[in-house]
Amino acid sequence: MSDTPSEHVPLRLRLAAKGIDGVTLLVLPLVVALILLFVYPFLYGLWLSFRPKDGSLLGNYAKFFSDPFLYETVGKTLWLAIPVTVINLVVAIPVALRVRLMRRQRVLTTILVLPITLGTVLVAEGMLNYFGPQGWFNRVLLTALGPQGWFNGPLMDVFGPHGWFDQTLMMGPLMTAPLISGPLKLVHNYTGVLLSLVITGFPFTFLLVLSYLTGIDPALEKAAATLGAGPGSRFRHIIMPLLLPGLAVTFCLGFVQAYSVFPSAVLLGAPSGPTRVISIAAYEAAFEQYDYSLASAIAMIMGVTLLLVVIAVLGARTLVYRGPAGGGKG
Amino acid sequence: MRDVISPVRTLTDRIWVTFVWVVTGFFIVNLFAMIGTVIVSSLGTRWLGTWLPAGWTGNWYLSAWDEFQLGDLLTVTFEVVFAVVALSGLIGIPAAYALARRDFPGKRVVMLLLLLPLIIPPITYGIPLATVLYVTGLGGTLNGVILANLVPALPFVVLVMIPFIEQIDPRVEDAARVFGANTFRLFWHVLLPLLLPGALAALLLVLVRTIAMFELTFLTAGPGDQTLVVALYYAVFAAGVRAVQSIDAMAVVYMLTTLVWLIVALRFVNPTQMVTRGKQQQTDNG
Repeated sequence: MSDTPSEHVPLRLRLAAKGIDGVTLLVLPLVVALILLFVYPFLYGLWLSFRPKDGSLLGNYAKFFSDPFLYETVGKTLWLAIPVTVINLVVAIPVALRVRLMRRQRVLTTILVLPITLGTVLVAEGMLNYFGPQGWFNRVLLTALGPQGWFNGPLMDVFGPHGWFDQTLMMGPLMTAPLISGPLKLVHNYTGVLLSLVITGFPFTFLLVLSYLTGIDPALEKAAATLGAGPGSRFRHIIMPLLLPGLAVTFCLGFVQAYSVFPSAVLLGAPSGPTRVISIAAYEAAFEQYDYSLASAIAMIMGVTLLLVVIAVLGARTLVYRGPAGGGKG
Repeated sequence: MRDVISPVRTLTDRIWVTFVWVVTGFFIVNLFAMIGTVIVSSLGTRWLGTWLPAGWTGNWYLSAWDEFQLGDLLTVTFEVVFAVVALSGLIGIPAAYALARRDFPGKRVVMLLLLLPLIIPPITYGIPLATVLYVTGLGGTLNGVILANLVPALPFVVLVMIPFIEQIDPRVEDAARVFGANTFRLFWHVLLPLLLPGALAALLLVLVRTIAMFELTFLTAGPGDQTLVVALYYAVFAAGVRAVQSIDAMAVVYMLTTLVWLIVALRFVNPTQMVTRGKQQQTDNG
């Protein structure tokens, strides 16, 4: 480090050659802030998780994996997060493929960015009204398909007892009761949380997929079309391989969001039953039992679960696809 | 553009297109109806078992303003949001400049450090962060809330700004130096005007995201420094204590504060940038 005269090159120049000068120092406040506010708390949490109230090293982790009220949260959260992520991705791909060809995408993307901007709490409040037993959604369903609904009579005439279907095919009636007899229970249960995760997660997934799709050079697809490839084979051989790295990232980001669901699981779910997700357990440990050590341990378990899924998905991607990982940006 | 890959040709194509539009249409109709329910409810007198409320009134806004102390909530919300925007701009934009212009040892570590807070969900790092803040006495204070909200805001500003700064030709700065500009004049007359559009976009995005940031504020705020979204959560959580319409009126106030800034932000950025963290800028031109 010492600036000996024998080297004849001042320290300032030697550092500048490595890219360190006055401008580089502008990074320092950022690095300090992130270390103090992100790295240190994380390490502190990790350390704290090994200092449980009972004094043993692994007490918190032993407690988590022996108490069904705690360890079951992992399964419950996965049971929400994985279906939601898959649904969002499977619906987002065809929609994005079509929207990509539209000239005026901005109206649609602006509408879809609304639920993301408004956030899960507002979506939860809206859903409680809208999907509730007296809400417009159930009202429309009952008006259409309920016992006195518009379509119930015609449906009964065709599929009901002594209906057309029954009399011509002699296979018995397909419908013996109206499709819907009362309002559907769509909030304060698993469905409520699932729906809320779709409402905020689908736009997120869609916008990510769309941005990856627009990153694929349209000339590649045109070349394939010129050579006689139909839409199906263009999708399989051109779009899909280029999109796959982006899809893997989208899946991971969507999954991370769904796995960390908190406000909607409390407000729209059954927070002591089927939607007692892992973040609820962590929150309760920290702010209801004031056991920060256990709470940190749960947060660490949450982080590790996320990491495992992300590694599995990205690993699976490399098994399927061995091309450049750039996602077709070139 | 549409010569070779023409949409709508065969029957399967038509079915596929119809399916896509039905799904999108269904989603959007329900989304608007859901938001509409909140607005209609906040303006209705009594709404039980009918399509629309029995009568219309604006009184719920007055009562919500008193009940939830919306004035205080709005003050706290904007104190937090503007402090976060100012700090993340002051720290983030110079750092983004350095990261865009210099290649130094450890740059990859810094980039990883920037990505992690955006990938790891707030509730995961929020709990250890809240613990540290409570241990140091900052938990439950306005400063604690601001510090916690900086964690996702700083990397966001930096990652949006880096590609923006990279596209500014460094020769412009060199030219200014050659003509004798000192660092201050270079910054004031050359860099600032060039950086302004990007900085505005990045900071507006941070603003919108911070208003809606629930988890970190929820974990670190005490009773006196709740933001609007956290107060809304508590109100919905304790539903039954207050009239539904009153909570809905508060939800509408929250919606308006967010949407006003969203509309301003969308004049400068593409909606896709709300989720893709600045990656969009290069691909958007295509």
